Amino acid sequence: MKQVYINSIGSISGQKTFDNNEFLNDIVDYEDNVISVIDPIYKDYIPPAAARRMAKGIKMGVVASKIALQDAGLENVDAIITGTGMGCVRDSEKFVSAIIDNDEQYLTPTSFIQSTHNTVGGQIALELQCKGYNFTYVHGSNSFESALLDAKLQLENNEEHNILVGGVDELGDHTVTIHKLINHIKPHAVKSSELLKSNSVGAVFAEGANFFVLSNEKQASSYAEVTAVKLFNTLTKAEITKAATDFLAENNLEVSDIDILILGNNGDIEHDGYYHELQSGPFKNTQQVYYKHLCGEFNTASSFGFWLASKIIKTQSLPESVKLNNIKQASFKTILLYNQYRGENHSFTLLKQC
Amino acid sequence: MDALKQELKENIIEQLNLEDMSPEDIANDDMLFGDGLGLDSIDALELIVMLDKSYGIKLTDPKEGRAIFESIDTMAAYITEHRTK
Amino acid sequence: MSKGVAITGMGIISAIGNNVAENYHALINGNKGISRVKKIKTNHVNDIMVGEIAFTNSEFEQQLHLSSDNNYSRTAFLGVVAAKEAIKNAGITDINAYKTGLVSATSVGGMDMTERYFYDYLENKATQKYIEGHHAGDSTQKIAEQLGIEKSLVTTISTACSSAANSIMLGARLIKSGLLDRVIVGGADCLSKFTINGFKTLMILSDTYNTPFDENRKGLNLGEAAAFLVLESDAVVQAENKTVLAYVKGYGNANDAYHQTASSDNGDGAFLAMEKALKVADFTPADIDYINAHGTATGNNDLSEGRAIIRVFGEHVPDFSSTKAYTGHTLAAAGAIEAVYSVLALQNNVVYPNLNFETQMKEFDMTPQLELKEKPLKTVMSNSFGFGGNCSTVIFSKEQ
Repeated sequence: MKQVYINSIGSISGQKTFDNNEFLNDIVDYEDNVISVIDPIYKDYIPPAAARRMAKGIKMGVVASKIALQDAGLENVDAIITGTGMGCVRDSEKFVSAIIDNDEQYLTPTSFIQSTHNTVGGQIALELQCKGYNFTYVHGSNSFESALLDAKLQLENNEEHNILVGGVDELGDHTVTIHKLINHIKPHAVKSSELLKSNSVGAVFAEGANFFVLSNEKQASSYAEVTAVKLFNTLTKAEITKAATDFLAENNLEVSDIDILILGNNGDIEHDGYYHELQSGPFKNTQQVYYKHLCGEFNTASSFGFWLASKIIKTQSLPESVKLNNIKQASFKTILLYNQYRGENHSFTLLKQC
Repeated sequence: MDALKQELKENIIEQLNLEDMSPEDIANDDMLFGDGLGLDSIDALELIVMLDKSYGIKLTDPKEGRAIFESIDTMAAYITEHRTK
Repeated sequence: MSKGVAITGMGIISAIGNNVAENYHALINGNKGISRVKKIKTNHVNDIMVGEIAFTNSEFEQQLHLSSDNNYSRTAFLGVVAAKEAIKNAGITDINAYKTGLVSATSVGGMDMTERYFYDYLENKATQKYIEGHHAGDSTQKIAEQLGIEKSLVTTISTACSSAANSIMLGARLIKSGLLDRVIVGGADCLSKFTINGFKTLMILSDTYNTPFDENRKGLNLGEAAAFLVLESDAVVQAENKTVLAYVKGYGNANDAYHQTASSDNGDGAFLAMEKALKVADFTPADIDYINAHGTATGNNDLSEGRAIIRVFGEHVPDFSSTKAYTGHTLAAAGAIEAVYSVLALQNNVVYPNLNFETQMKEFDMTPQLELKEKPLKTVMSNSFGFGGNCSTVIFSKEQ
């Protein structure tokens, strides 16, 4: 069985992460309950003829993937596997409202075509002329991890050599409005740096795209090795600790082997308890890190956590802004990530220095 | 006819999100599809809806659009002859 | 990676039947399930025909003993019904006795409720329960809950009309890798105003019965359906002394990378998917006894797929037919629906007729199977293609 390496990254988020030469040097501290991404200059990456029909999410996905390809020094990949929890919500909203507002008349195809969940994956394939394997996973907060798992299986079996894997979700006005109504979005603006003290239900909604070239061949640019990923559709708070330690045991590791634990806390007092179990339990003496105050919450936000872990291992540096506690660590060799959203679709991911 | 042609150019640019273009960039006899403006089959469907909505012309078969949408000239001629609004 | 992937159970609900037996009965008797749309109020009612399932949502609610405060989309109802039949058919009594996962597929998801309550959400608290049911993973989570699958690998694939074929592919991979012992795979999609109007804008909906591979084909009929298959490892089959219905022998996925919605003239993606599937199965084209084609009856698909089939099979194209004339195009569910039909074909040694065919296409001289044909079948190839260039092929076989 082959090893699986993260050979490159490409990130578009609420922070200026599209420049791979930087690593959270200047943090943008928001005070809001919805955060948009900091846009790169999309035109530098997508020709106008191709860009004219693309909604934000598609542009983010295509550009993040192009940044990842450049970073890996590749012209193309063997396969493209995308995760998106909500899909192309802007075009979906546009088409549904057009149906209702115009009573099914004078409808045009563009927003319908662009609304399908696999639009980003399809557009990347079209841009790259990549005729290989192309999947899109759409399973809530496990969308990105599903893509990751699929890629990992194929690389381990040497079915493919370089696979582009990513997570992307975009904000849509109507989607935001209705998620405020059901308290999935915080009722008040929150300062990013005080997210975990917000003491309210819901999350700060956001958008983003994080793409990676995974490969079974290590190269100079490699960031880390992906050693394991495991998904759970359900877990109770009482089961979290055992699930985490079992996961480590399956990979011949103990809690003391973990240099950093990266958690998906989003400040939702109803659901952050899952993270607290690990924070105050077996990992209380482990360096803990969080990131959703920087990128906000969306179904594929965990791909930002994956980006963060990759950066930490490659640069061997840990930005102050992401620390949840202060445990002195000589080096960062092994990182465990845990994420869930609203108590469902939990995942554990393990990265190792390579 | 000239006013109609100008109107068509403006509508096409807006409807098809040809952001970097202005009406002056489109000559009346420019090929709209293929090597000309580079429009494709999805644009053709958009133009069919435009004919219906703006000029009351209903096409039922997308193939009919090919000759009509060849250029601004051919579109304007067809609309002038068949418009119901 | 040489491990076998056995199919030990199937469940289905479609316009031609509420279970596997009813579907098979309709298939061999040439009964199509295409009619005018009844449950969705649309201005296009007289311009289109659909494959609609007779049960109403409230009938499903009763069948599944759900309380009235549930937030099931129709996609979820269909999915649960089909998945439960598959589990029962596989003789599974304790779902967690083995490492069991679920891979579902959908393109519509909870859109049926979203389009109904889109503006209503803003003022009516009672309908807001459906907001959480919109995303594509929701119906899958509900199916897992209804089957009792907990603390396990549950995921959803959405690659437009090839989605469910891809869930079978992932399921097979998960078993071969040893990650899971058993995977329930399939897909579900209900009819919606969204897809009716969407395909209408593409001008590819027929106003009458769809006619796959016919020269004068006018487009597709949309359908709603769900189907699931139980995939099990050799170890489970042995330990439980299971009856194996068929095996997932090969699979291939490729992207046409040609156009957002249209297939390339020569069907590059389709060709690559079929070639890859043959390679995984370690078959030559001559090993395929029947092709259940994608055959949507759009001008573009049938020409492109036909050309791709000729590229793979040359002069020796096996018997082929599309069953879309029976069910309509059930979008993300189609790959699972046709997987069930493929397994039934293997079990019963029949090739289904390609209904409604009248005129030979002029671009090539291959003709679909027009009458029900009985012949010994060892292998069936099933194609599913979708928007975004997604092309998938799965090969089913009687023998491992």
